[in-house]
Amino acid sequence: MDIIVCVKHVPDTTEAEVVIREDQRGIKTEDLPYVINEWDEYAIEEAILMKERLGGTVVAVTVGPEEAEATLRRCLAKGADWAMRIWDEGLEEADGFAIAKVLHAAIKDMKYDLILTGTQAGDDGYAVVGVALAELLGIPHAALVKKIELKDGSAVVHRELEGGLEEVVEVRLPAVFTIQTGINEPRYVSIMGIKRARKKELRVVSLSDLGLTVDEVLQSSWLTIKRMYVPPPKKQAVIIQGSPADVAAQIVEILKSKGLM
Amino acid sequence: MRDIFVLAEHRKGEIRDITFEMLSKGWELAEQAGGTLTAVLLGHNVDEHASKLAEYAKKVLVVDNPLLENFNAELYQQALAHIIKEHKPTLLMMGHTGFGMDLAPALAVQLGLPLATDCIDLCLDGGRLLVTRQMYGGKVNVEAAVRVAETYLVTVRSASFEAKEGVSAGGEIVHVDVPIQEVDYKRFVQYVEPPKGEVDITAADIIVSVGRGIREEKNLPLIEELAKALGGVVACSRPIVDKGWLPKDRQVGSSGKTVRPKLYIAIGISGAFQHVLGMKDSEMIIAINKDPKAPIFSVADYGVVDDLFKVVPELTKKIQEAKGG
Repeated sequence: MDIIVCVKHVPDTTEAEVVIREDQRGIKTEDLPYVINEWDEYAIEEAILMKERLGGTVVAVTVGPEEAEATLRRCLAKGADWAMRIWDEGLEEADGFAIAKVLHAAIKDMKYDLILTGTQAGDDGYAVVGVALAELLGIPHAALVKKIELKDGSAVVHRELEGGLEEVVEVRLPAVFTIQTGINEPRYVSIMGIKRARKKELRVVSLSDLGLTVDEVLQSSWLTIKRMYVPPPKKQAVIIQGSPADVAAQIVEILKSKGLM
Repeated sequence: MRDIFVLAEHRKGEIRDITFEMLSKGWELAEQAGGTLTAVLLGHNVDEHASKLAEYAKKVLVVDNPLLENFNAELYQQALAHIIKEHKPTLLMMGHTGFGMDLAPALAVQLGLPLATDCIDLCLDGGRLLVTRQMYGGKVNVEAAVRVAETYLVTVRSASFEAKEGVSAGGEIVHVDVPIQEVDYKRFVQYVEPPKGEVDITAADIIVSVGRGIREEKNLPLIEELAKALGGVVACSRPIVDKGWLPKDRQVGSSGKTVRPKLYIAIGISGAFQHVLGMKDSEMIIAINKDPKAPIFSVADYGVVDDLFKVVPELTKKIQEAKGG
């Protein structure tokens, strides 16, 4: 089973305050930690679990600047065989479809039985790359995958719908599956893994190596960001202030007054 | 101005809410720009759905084909590609849902049309489409221009638009025959219902809900003790279920349960829209989170901006004292 996993290096804003840049077209990222996109962490785990069971290779691919190699190293430390980073100045502006075009150029002549990627990225949240990539490659896909059972030449996958409902579909391989969080339990990176990862190949590829130019990639983008702003609150909570003990006492009074205690 | 198309989303015999939300927005866009609002209905034996949609749209295009009985992105894509080429609408709206996310990007690539996903607002300005969407888990809104095209494709986030009552549009129902070829590379097998858990959080009056901020599984007793002191049940946001710390039936949000308790306490939950969809109609919401800009504070009635590890034990203690005394 040869598997390609497309991953993204993203700023972790889950617990951080987000500050918008002066040009209003991005956020300030200097003080933010960068991590592997949460959905992709499950995708690389799923690929490595399959490799451990069935043999074959796992390749991690990203479109990102040099810093993104931290995410590829993480994939290598977890058990990917080699990795590829594609980048050119200007790709910061690329949207999900533009990234899918770059990935398509890099992957189309590679050997694979399966391509996995996260359902979406935690930063831009397009949820486009995997399904668009499948269409560009002319192979089937399934999005929001929560379970994969491999059969001979196909896979039975569970797709997550709303309200906990799942849709089961059988898809012929090769295919692209976009992975939903919770499909497995991503492993920790071991010291041994990190050591082994140093010896693994990390190939750096530019757009010209793929026969593409930055201009043509950016021109294919579907969206151009005009302005970012902090969402105006629909309403704003009354903020209860004071020491933890004061706060707790005030909440108790509120609960009593509403008959909740 | 050509037409505004809305893809009706239905599942297991029911039209889903997102359809009416999109039709409400579509009606507004069509009024402003002078086009016709058209609902596109793909399915099998869907006459009832067609009549219902005709209350909300000027026209209902129905493709009735046994192959379309259950959603299948490949077959839907074939049908929609045909319809778009034939009718050239200005805009096709689809849900940013389990169905739309499987369908829309492939449709856009096939037709060479631009797609804006997960939109919370749309504006047609002359021939241009401007969309509003969110980034960074709802902490930032983004206005984006969509590449100019003959037809724009968008997916719309649930609950972005209010579903208005039917306007008795008296829509014309038009059956169209679209060639659809069965594919052998993707086959619908079945739906699987979520397992029934031992606790029904939808029946609880008081819910104490925990998110990523709890950091480690071993900290969960903090939450359980608070819930116990209040006589409530413990629920959670998605990351807690993904990590396997609580069972799926405790998950509040679009892919879990929708709850409307008398009191909902959100602890260490930032308030991504998927979670908010599942709890926003609670009678009273109290949020404890250390990020003052966390979106949860715009749905909560009361907020505490502090470290949950300091606030929660105090709160449990004070409640125990108040109840004991």
